[in-house]
This record gives sequence, structure tokens and C-alpha cells, in this order.
Amino acid sequence: MEVTPVGADKFAGTSIENCYQCGKCTAGCPLADQMDVTPNQLFRLVQLGEVEKAARCGAIWLCVSCFTCTGRCPQSVECVEIIDALREYAAEHDCAPPDLQRIILFQKAFLDNIRRNGRINELELIRDFKTKGFLQDLSLPLLMKDALLAPKLMQRGKFHLTSEKAKDRELVGRIFARCTGTHAEGATS
Amino acid sequence: MARIGVFICWCGENIARTVDVKRATEEVEQIPGVRFAIDYKYMCSDPGQTMVRDKIIAERLQGLVIASCSPHMHMKTFRAAAKAAGLNPYLVEMANIREHCSWVHQNREEATAKAVELIRLAVGKVIQDKPLDAIKVPLTKRALVIGAGVAGIQASLDIAEAGHEVVLVEREPSIGGKMAGLSETFPTLDCSQCILTPRMVETGQHPNIKLYTWSEIESVDGSVGNFTVTIRKKARYIDMSKCTGCGECWNKCPMSKTLNDFDYGLSKRKAIYLAFPQAVPARPVIDKNACTKLKTGKCGICAKVCAAGAINYEDQDEIVTEQVGAIVVATGYKLYSIGQEQDNEKYTGYGEYGYGKYPDVIDALQFERLSSASGPTGGEIRRPSDGAVPKSVVFIACVGSRDPAKGVSYCSKICCMYTAKHTMLYKHKVHEGTAHVFYMDIRAGGKNYDEFVRRAIEKDGAKYYRGRVSKITEENGKLIVRAADTLAGVPVTIEADMVVLASAMLPSTGATELAQKLKVGYDEYGFLSESHPKLRPVETNSAGVFICGACHGPKDIPEAVAQASAAAGKVQVMFARNELTRDPEIAKINEQNCAACYACVRTCPYNAIEKAEIRDRQGNLVKMTARVNPGLCMGCGTCVAVCPSKSADIDGFSESQIYEMIKNL
Repeated sequence: MEVTPVGADKFAGTSIENCYQCGKCTAGCPLADQMDVTPNQLFRLVQLGEVEKAARCGAIWLCVSCFTCTGRCPQSVECVEIIDALREYAAEHDCAPPDLQRIILFQKAFLDNIRRNGRINELELIRDFKTKGFLQDLSLPLLMKDALLAPKLMQRGKFHLTSEKAKDRELVGRIFARCTGTHAEGATS
Repeated sequence: MARIGVFICWCGENIARTVDVKRATEEVEQIPGVRFAIDYKYMCSDPGQTMVRDKIIAERLQGLVIASCSPHMHMKTFRAAAKAAGLNPYLVEMANIREHCSWVHQNREEATAKAVELIRLAVGKVIQDKPLDAIKVPLTKRALVIGAGVAGIQASLDIAEAGHEVVLVEREPSIGGKMAGLSETFPTLDCSQCILTPRMVETGQHPNIKLYTWSEIESVDGSVGNFTVTIRKKARYIDMSKCTGCGECWNKCPMSKTLNDFDYGLSKRKAIYLAFPQAVPARPVIDKNACTKLKTGKCGICAKVCAAGAINYEDQDEIVTEQVGAIVVATGYKLYSIGQEQDNEKYTGYGEYGYGKYPDVIDALQFERLSSASGPTGGEIRRPSDGAVPKSVVFIACVGSRDPAKGVSYCSKICCMYTAKHTMLYKHKVHEGTAHVFYMDIRAGGKNYDEFVRRAIEKDGAKYYRGRVSKITEENGKLIVRAADTLAGVPVTIEADMVVLASAMLPSTGATELAQKLKVGYDEYGFLSESHPKLRPVETNSAGVFICGACHGPKDIPEAVAQASAAAGKVQVMFARNELTRDPEIAKINEQNCAACYACVRTCPYNAIEKAEIRDRQGNLVKMTARVNPGLCMGCGTCVAVCPSKSADIDGFSESQIYEMIKNL
């Protein structure tokens, strides 16, 4: 997938400059105690221009975009948007920590799936993700993990063997074009 | 031909950097009527002024133009110099080539041309100037002080001690303000009431102080030296002259459901009540919203038990007027309301802190009452919900302060200090308890202030965490405080028995409405504006109106008291003279021409123009005319603009002068 190039200058002039390190983002974050660096430290790194260092942190992949930090920030820093931008940077520059590469693989598979079908097809998603994951590090456990869930999901009608597709997939294509860098086209259309 | 001297100032580099002063001087010398032009590095300095004086005498000048900074800055300086050299001070004009030219332009060529034009205008005006005499205005040597907190009390006592009468107006039933409710004060931990109540008593008994409690300012008319103030004395339902303050009435009153505002809702009071035991005047007031007699006509117990017969259920608001020469505003502050109900749509409150939802989450002033010997718990630290002694208390600083998203962007200045004090008061009473403080920065600038905070941490064991609290929830009777220690980089969760929020300081309710009545400026938050932040800190842009205390901005007690004495000092400087002098640049009516249409009388914003009659020697009416009261006119020129017969004009700023300036362009 194509991503817009993100670098230190991308953050210049954004709300990141408002951050005065009060730590309220970390205080409210439901995952902060699982993170290698806390959200406020992440924002400090970005302020210092250490975007690459920030993008290498595992923390950005733990963020569930609950927006508690953004909602409570006294300085109106757009915390989640900044973490999103860091994830884009990490994906593009391939700098996520090795043990978290699979998260990127999953997200890419997820997006490819939507791009193709206009909606999610679970079976296709899992096939794509597991194949790519296996090819990456030849991990057998990955292939087999969650396999026992399949019958249950089938029982509940969560698996569709034939892939369902959205009607207007051209529209989906245009949304993707707009989000992945061909801004000029998107703006004029 | 006129003999005008032009003095062009470099203002160091301020003007000379952008304006070619030498060339401007040469060009200005060519203007008709200009005897000479001269430039100098600092015209306002002593050698500069000496040069101006010498030139006036040597060249027998008829007028002078100083091309320098704004007249707001140095008009007085150069008028004084002219006067010292024997020239009428109103024959001095200033061309502002700094604020209006060099500071706002970059192009040297164009800036120089503009400076020459500005000087040309001023020359045109000064040629038409006529000698004027300053206006003398009689002065009422009485002062009004609005608000009787510690600042208002200090200002009143200072002015009264200097021998002048003071009218002190307080809207609460007692004087004392916020300080009367505090426990102990930083950085010395002396008891607030012990130091304030003697001053309150002195204020109540001072022969020069006329006290109006339970009263508010209705309107203010007039101007510096002669204000007429209308005061509303709210119905107290007590005859103050008969009441002895014995206490029978409030002891017997059966209505005891009203929240006590002096304890910030932590206790209940009667419908007839004394604000607090040390109140001055020690007279009760009836709360008309709580009293059964006033609401339904039944009861009347207080009147029955009052031996002095001082209860008067028929009492009405009373309007009184007072004449004063100066006004000191000391209306103080209130706390930012932390709950979701806000009286200002700018603020959203902190739903996440559960203030108002959890009874044990309280604000700083409530904690002051909890730790005060005269408070609802008699000075024992007991939490509001069940009266238990809290073993773990969390103090949160910067609630509402430094928070542009939910509150105000400024620092409330005193919270760091009183939070440290709170931890000490708590630890001194609950030895086994733990005080946790969440702060963003510790701002403890002041004599012995930082030492005080260190003492709280080092000697009294307060645990300080650098980080803002995100949320407070309640689980099994404990308050769960979720925060982060940004220094350690870890989330922190504390189970607390009580939480104290150091809420931001806001100007007190009604401060902006009062400011409008007094024509005093205020900022976006409603704090009153001083005339100059450094050199005129207690004056306002409304002459004769002074400010002190927290109505001007967040402030601690020593600062408020110092400012109050400063304001009182300014009033005394004013009262040291027997009359005031004012610049004579005011409106004048050509009474022969005036058609007596009174358009000016109707439009004058200062009510300075009145209808007058012109009579001959026999007393026969010749004609009607409008006439300016020189004591009230502010020289705004509205009358000049509306007069259809061109009979109104401003001395020193006449229409002919303005035409001359335009012609000179």
C-alpha cells in the first residue's frame, strides 16, 4: 500500500507544539502501562524531531484510538492523529519493532481486502494474512493459531465461503486514491 | 510669519533606524512658518529638554513641534519644558513619528517621507494653536472602596488613617471577604482569622469609615474628583440601630436547611443568620428565600424572641447616594466551578473529576473550611461523605488553570503555595495519613515560598508527582485517581479517601458589569485592566478609579495588601491637593450662533452640556443656548460632529486646525 511520506517536518506547525508535558494523556490511556514508552514521552520525541525513534516504539501499535487522550488534553493536542501519522511513518519506513511486524502485515491485509471487495471478507483476510506472515518468518504456530475457532465462527454465520462485494467498488477506489497520496485528483473530483 | 521650532528626536535607534532624521530635518526647515528644525538623539533627556527650553527663549518661539514618540508618552514632559521657558504649554504639538511611523514601516525612503508629512501636519496645527489655561475642578475629598475583603479593608484603613472619609461598600452581610474563611496562611502558617479580624473590627469602628454591608453599587455618575455613587442597600429585615447581635433570633429560628455559603456548602445555616461568628457588623440578616415568614407569612419566631424589637419583615431595598472624589475597586475573586454546570459557556468543567458527584471530591476553599478551627468540623480533617478521617488525600493542582481547552490559559499563581500548605495542615492533624500532590510545575516565587514547598516535601512527607490527573472514579468507597508520573514515565493509580482540587481563580461574579459602570477596561476573563502594567499598576484608564487585589488578576494576600496600600497612596496623592487641574482641550459653544436645538445635549455621552438662558441686564430673555460644563466635558468631540449650526468646537483641536492640517498635506 502507498502511504504519504511522513517526516519530522510533517509535524511542524501542528498541535504537537502545544504539548506542555502534563501527562494527562498517559494518565487516561487504558494501555499506557503496557507501553514501552508512555504517550506523553512519545509526543516529546516528536517535539524533539525524533520521529524515527518514536515510530520504532511498540506503543504506537498498542493505541486503540479510543480518543481519551485527545478528549482530555488541556492543550487540544490531536494525540490520536499524531499516533496515526507515526504508524504511517513506521509502515512506510519499515521501522516497526520485529515482534510487531505482524501488526503491520495484518493492517495491510485488512486494507487490501477492503480495497478489493469494498468490505471485509474474513476468510480471505485470514488467508492473506497467514500466508504473508508464514512467508515472512516461516512460523508454523501462526498458521495454526486460532484454527479451532473456525468451526464456531462458521456455526454462527460469520464465515462466508463466497466473497461478498460492495456494489460501487469504483467509489471505494476513489476513497483509497484520495487517502493514499493522489490528493490533487481527490481534491478536484 | 509664525515662529515655530521643530525638534526631531532619534529615540536612540527607534526612529533613526527607519527614518533618515538628518534629511527629514532639512526638508522640514523648508515648511513655511518653521523658524528652524533641529535633531537630537534623546529629546526627552535632560540635555534634550534643556535645548528645547534654550531655543524657545533664544528664538522667541510662538509654538513648537516635537517629532518623537506618542503624546501619551511625553506630551506632559514637553509641555512642562515649554512652561518652564515661559511659553504657554498648549502651544506644543507632537508629531508621532515612532509608533505611527518608524515602528510600523521598513522602507527607509517611504518612512522618511511619511515622517516629514506628519511633521507638516503638526506644524499646520500648531500655527493655529491658541494659549489655553488648565481647568481647575473642585475636589471631593472622600473615597469609595468597593469590596471589603482584605484588599478593600487595607485600602479603607489607609485612606481613613490619612484623615479622609471612606465609604466602604460590601455586598455580603459581613466584611472580611475570602480571607475570613481561610484556615492558616502561607508561608508562615499564621491563622488567617487571627490576623484579619482585628483589622475588620478596626474598620467597623473607624470614625472615618462609613460601612455599607449587604449593599451593591447601582450606578456611578460624574468624573474624577466628583463622582456621584448610587448604592442599593439590600433589605436585611433587621433594624441595625436596634439589634444588639445577641443571637436569640438565629438560635430559635426553626429553618435550618439552607446550605451555608460561608462554608461553601459543607454545613447548613438558619434562615436568619450571622454570616460567621466574627462577622463585622455582628448583625444577622434574613435569607428571604429560606424564611417561612417572608415566604408564607407564618412563623415570625425571630420577631417574638427579639427583645430589642429589631426584626422588620416589611424592610425594603433602599437607594442612597454618596459623593466621592476617588474610587478604589477591590472586588476580588471566585473559584472556577469544577462541575459541569457553568455560568460561562467558555468553560466546560471537569466531568472526569466527578466534582459534585462524589461528595469527597472538594475544592480548595472547602478544604480551607475543613481545616479551619471555626469550620464545620471544628478544624478536624473529616471527609464530607461520612465524617471519617481520610487516611490518603490527593491534591490536584492546575484544575482549570493553564487549560485553554476547558478552563483558562493563565496560571492562578497561588495554588502551588496553598496546596503545599494544605498537605502540611493535613499532615499536622492526621500524622499517619499520606498526602499526594499532582502538579505540572511548582511555581513558588516569593520570599520564603520555595523553602515552604520544600518543607512540605522534605519534612512533612508530601508525595509529589509531576503529572495531570485524567480521571477520578469511585470503587468500594475509595476514590480511584488515575494519573501519570511523567518523571518516571509510568502511569500511577492512587486509592484516595478524599480529593482536593486547586481550582483556578476567576474574577468575582458581576465584576464586568461593575467595570462597565465605572468605565474601566477588563480582559477576556473579566479581570480589570491597569493603566500601565509596570508604571501605573493600580491606576485605570478611567481617571480617579483605582484597582487592587484579585479583581486585577490572581494574587496572594501579601500582594493584594501591598496593592491596596498602593491604591490608597494614589488616592492620598490626589487628596493632597485642594482642586484638580485638567487639560483644557474641551468643547466650547459659540452661544451667539447656537440655535438651541440641543442635539449636543442629547448626544453628549458625559451629560456635560446643559440648556442655558442668555438674559440682558434687565433680566429679559434674549435667547436660549447650550452650555458646556467644563468639569464634566471629556473633549470627545461628539457635539462638534452633531451641531448643525457649527457652534460647537474643541479648544486646542478646533475644526479650523483640522482643516489647516489637511491643507498642509
